[in-house]
Amino acid sequence: MTIHEAHKLLEEKQVSSVELTKVCLDRIQQVEPKVGAIVTVTEELALEQARKADELIADGDVNPLTGIPALIKDVMCTRGVRTTCSSKMLENFVPPYDAAVVEKLNEAGMVMVGKANMDEFAMGSSTEHSAFFPTHNPWDLSRVPGGSSGGSAAAVAAGEAIYTLGSDTGGSIRQPAGFCSVTGLKPTYGRVSRYGLVAFASSLDQIGPLTQDVTDCALVMNVIAGHDSRDSTSAPYHVPDYTQCLTGDIKGMKIGIPKEYFVEGMQSEVEAVIKAAISKLEGMGAVIGEVSLPHTRHALAVYYIIAPSEASANLARYDGTKYGFRYQGADTMWDTMDKTRQYGFGAEVKRRIMLGTYALSAGYYDAYYLKAQKVRTLIRREFDEAFEKFDALVTPTSPTVPFKIGEKVDDPVQMYLADVCTLPINIAGLPGISIPAGFADNLPIGMQIISKPFAEETILKIAHAYQQATDWHKRKPEL
Amino acid sequence: MKLSREEVLHIARLARLGISDEEVERAREQLSNILENFEVLQSVDTDDVPPTAQSLTLQNVLREDKPCASFTREDILANAPQEDEDSFRVRAVLE
Repeated sequence: MTIHEAHKLLEEKQVSSVELTKVCLDRIQQVEPKVGAIVTVTEELALEQARKADELIADGDVNPLTGIPALIKDVMCTRGVRTTCSSKMLENFVPPYDAAVVEKLNEAGMVMVGKANMDEFAMGSSTEHSAFFPTHNPWDLSRVPGGSSGGSAAAVAAGEAIYTLGSDTGGSIRQPAGFCSVTGLKPTYGRVSRYGLVAFASSLDQIGPLTQDVTDCALVMNVIAGHDSRDSTSAPYHVPDYTQCLTGDIKGMKIGIPKEYFVEGMQSEVEAVIKAAISKLEGMGAVIGEVSLPHTRHALAVYYIIAPSEASANLARYDGTKYGFRYQGADTMWDTMDKTRQYGFGAEVKRRIMLGTYALSAGYYDAYYLKAQKVRTLIRREFDEAFEKFDALVTPTSPTVPFKIGEKVDDPVQMYLADVCTLPINIAGLPGISIPAGFADNLPIGMQIISKPFAEETILKIAHAYQQATDWHKRKPEL
Repeated sequence: MKLSREEVLHIARLARLGISDEEVERAREQLSNILENFEVLQSVDTDDVPPTAQSLTLQNVLREDKPCASFTREDILANAPQEDEDSFRVRAVLE
């Protein structure tokens, strides 16, 4: 059931929020042993919020998210509910405040059923790097759900919550949305406040919704988007009503297909599905043209220099002093700190801290970090030029279908390639959405739609029109 | 070019990461492999290209410096690994 369907039932008093919440909690009980999407289930809190929502609904004080069960990625602070980042380092951390997005959703009457599993500190593309347990793809339990917001995507696909929030630094909303056949939007950098989002790479991180369709995505954006004085990188621009652009009409819209995104090593099934989706858009009246973004091939290197560099600085705070894990039994202050970080962080996080530390260290800064920032400028410029000719660009979300659990976990370079189509969008700070575009042997394939900064309406409009003409997004996995 | 053992230990020290012998060997292998993939950037002509630190064009965001409520001491100490009355307890800094 989508947000808009549930909202209608709530408003017509055909169902109560408590009933709706119990359905999700039962579903969680039933499928969680197989899927593993949730780190903390907040049953009591959810039922209390649902009772309050029912009172609001009885008073006629309703907005589209009132009383709707949601799940929040465990990288966003929730007051009084532990926020672990799926890391041993924060296993018992209970934030004294809510993230801005949580605050806004609470004001809108959210029912929070729990906190979603993820790759530790949002570093990964498969959710196998969770320090607690991997999440399984509801479409094929032997495969990964993508990552790092794999718990958020799997939970929507498995019906454990009606919508979820994720965060996206290089594809962490869109790639799992593609792998789990749900709709996932990474808004423009600065569109949604990052206050209370545990920082990974501060110039790339952005929060966004994972939902069952584009209408729901617009409804969540209506609540979470906007300026926040507590995040100086949040943009002080007007937030439109994102449902207004969902007209179903894309006649004459110019859509570019960047040829570099149909890369070597891409699975032929993915290419076939995306080409068919592009033909569909053309049939609906969009004008399709080819575009070249030659610096795309450098995006992976740029990303894996900039993101780990920022991460190495952001994660310096985990020293076992004021909160989080502390290693007991070391002899000195320095030894305590070294061992706290050695045993508190998992392998991938340590790998990225080392990589970033190296790229920022004396003698290498210019060759790696500064060089990457300059190529970042070239990547941005290329997108700017493309958007002079096109309203939006369409690409696959990932070059492959969901891969097997264990397949890439010990090969970081192969794992990093899973985000090759999504990370250029973070580098340039653009908005991008992944929507279900088809299947190969019952494994989901996502289509990514990209536009210029703050043109979320353009991509929502195209994505919505596509969902009006297709029903891929309505298919559900059998569990 | 494979990173030396000393280079890996130097990075780990800069990052304040304790590291086992086994981890040093794995890091030499994996970091070198990743760094090799970064070599492509050296071929890109970036003369006269300014660096991008962040993608928004906003500069120097200022606000009025107004006093406002802060967290309570109890809130902040609630997550302390070790506390002592109203303070965080830590290992001796000076020996």
